[in-house]
Amino acid sequence: MSEMSLLAPVRPERHSDLFWLVSDSWIMAKRSIMHIIRSMDQVLSLILFPIMFMLLNRYVLGGAIDTGDVSYANYLFAGILIQTLAFGANYTTINLAVDMKEGIVDRFRSLPMSSSALIIGHIAADLVRNVISGIIIVLAGLAVGFRPNASAAEWLYVIGLALLFTLAISWLSAILGLLVKSLEAAQWVGFVLIFPLTFVSSAFVPTHTMPGAIRTFAENQPMTHAINAIRAWLVGAPLGDSAWLSVVWSIALIAVSVPITSWLFRRHSVQ
Amino acid sequence: MATPYSNAADNAIVVRNLQKSFKDIKVLHGIDITVRRGSILALLGPNGAGKTTTIRILSTLLPPDGGEARVNGYDVVQQACEVRSSIGLTGQFAAVDAYLTGEENLLMLGRLYRLSRADAKRRTQELLEQFDLVDAARRPVKTYSGGMKRRLDLAMSLIAAPPIIFLDEPTTGLDPRSRLSMWTLIKQLANNGTTILLTTQYMDEADHLADWIVVIDEGRVIAEGDANSLKARVGSDHVDLIISRNSSFTLAQELVNGQQMQANPEQRILSIAASDGAATIKRVLQRFEEGQIEIESLTMRRPTLDDVFLFLTGNGSNGNAKEIIHE
Repeated sequence: MSEMSLLAPVRPERHSDLFWLVSDSWIMAKRSIMHIIRSMDQVLSLILFPIMFMLLNRYVLGGAIDTGDVSYANYLFAGILIQTLAFGANYTTINLAVDMKEGIVDRFRSLPMSSSALIIGHIAADLVRNVISGIIIVLAGLAVGFRPNASAAEWLYVIGLALLFTLAISWLSAILGLLVKSLEAAQWVGFVLIFPLTFVSSAFVPTHTMPGAIRTFAENQPMTHAINAIRAWLVGAPLGDSAWLSVVWSIALIAVSVPITSWLFRRHSVQ
Repeated sequence: MATPYSNAADNAIVVRNLQKSFKDIKVLHGIDITVRRGSILALLGPNGAGKTTTIRILSTLLPPDGGEARVNGYDVVQQACEVRSSIGLTGQFAAVDAYLTGEENLLMLGRLYRLSRADAKRRTQELLEQFDLVDAARRPVKTYSGGMKRRLDLAMSLIAAPPIIFLDEPTTGLDPRSRLSMWTLIKQLANNGTTILLTTQYMDEADHLADWIVVIDEGRVIAEGDANSLKARVGSDHVDLIISRNSSFTLAQELVNGQQMQANPEQRILSIAASDGAATIKRVLQRFEEGQIEIESLTMRRPTLDDVFLFLTGNGSNGNAKEIIHE
């Protein structure tokens, strides 16, 4: 036991605030990504959820739904993709709530680190999770008859929008993670919001079959725009205004959520 | 309240008239604490006394409502970032990442404390050795025992070798062996010049570790001093004697009259202050033998936190029909 080592000189490095924000966020992102790899339930849900939804919708509901010229497998893909990305973000809610309830957030707050790095780390992990889920959905989709005719550029649009949409929904989920009072609430609150949003959208059925007010909501909510844009790029459905609308929605959601999140994070420390 | 040291440069922590309320409930009513550099100060008090709130304010997690607090010369409100670079915090619950290994936890903290990669690595190895965690270094922390988690937790707050460490109830919930090894580590830290402010509910812990003890209750400092002076105010070791027969209790009480003692006739307990240790016991037993009084049991005990509070808060009557007989 070397007693003197406690006095061994260590000198902190000096860099700009921006450098530290990036460095701290990267450290926190690595931490959150390790959590994905080390926790079996996250890995399982990443793989099983997309496959399950794809199979249930395609084979149980699909036969009863008329999607016109587009086959149901082709119609369904964009819906399942966006739904899975949205559910994936629930991990930000849960993991952030876990950190807030356990002592580790106090430890991070007592360090000279950037205060938003913890949240950025969780959101970065969401991106990684959703890339994995996305790949699995493409494979599952191809297996049940999804036949995209997109060009390379259109695939890039799809990937770009999917990532932007993930960012938007992850920042929203971060707000929930900071608001919930218990871990149990973190588990269900995301589902309660995301389930209705995906069902009252163009994810699984064409919106023109829905009654008045519900149809109006479904056709103007951000998930529908994202789904329609991705569907248009992949299988040649009409694009309309959905591409730019979904980009504007996503950026607007991020612009609103980021300050709310950091305000909530600071307020949390005052309690 | 008299402060032990007056020279500001010698003091790692200076707290003046610290106040804090949560909603309408005032939890700190103007606390004063001074911690000399390189010393161990124990904040001793029951649950809800304001110990954790004080630590949270000093480690910049909570803003105070009033008063002033300086840590390593920096104001905890105005210079929070400088304070954070000067301190290590070990909270009441192990703040470790369960999915990461012990080594990864330490490396992560090192980098968050702004150490270079090389320094972080070197300190990690040093601390793993020092805290007896080398064998477990590559295992996820969720497989660690409670004592190992606490050791890792403390090691994590030391990664940047900060001059000041806050320990919030460092041994609560630990088994006796882990508790002892924690005490040894804390002593070592102080010997190496680290200033330590710890909270505890245990008199013996404060006694064993602290150079200076501040007793707080309901958000107020009710006494301070070194362990000996506090115990002298509370009283010395006690001998508890259970008298075998009810009928001889009064006689027993008369025989030891002249000692500082408490009598509980219903449970036939005589509690005598053993100011000179074994000699008191010998004298009492002699008198009992002469008076032919049989005793059921004899136990010697240290003054407890209960004794301290009963004495200091003046809430002596706890409905147990104890009467205190002074010489």
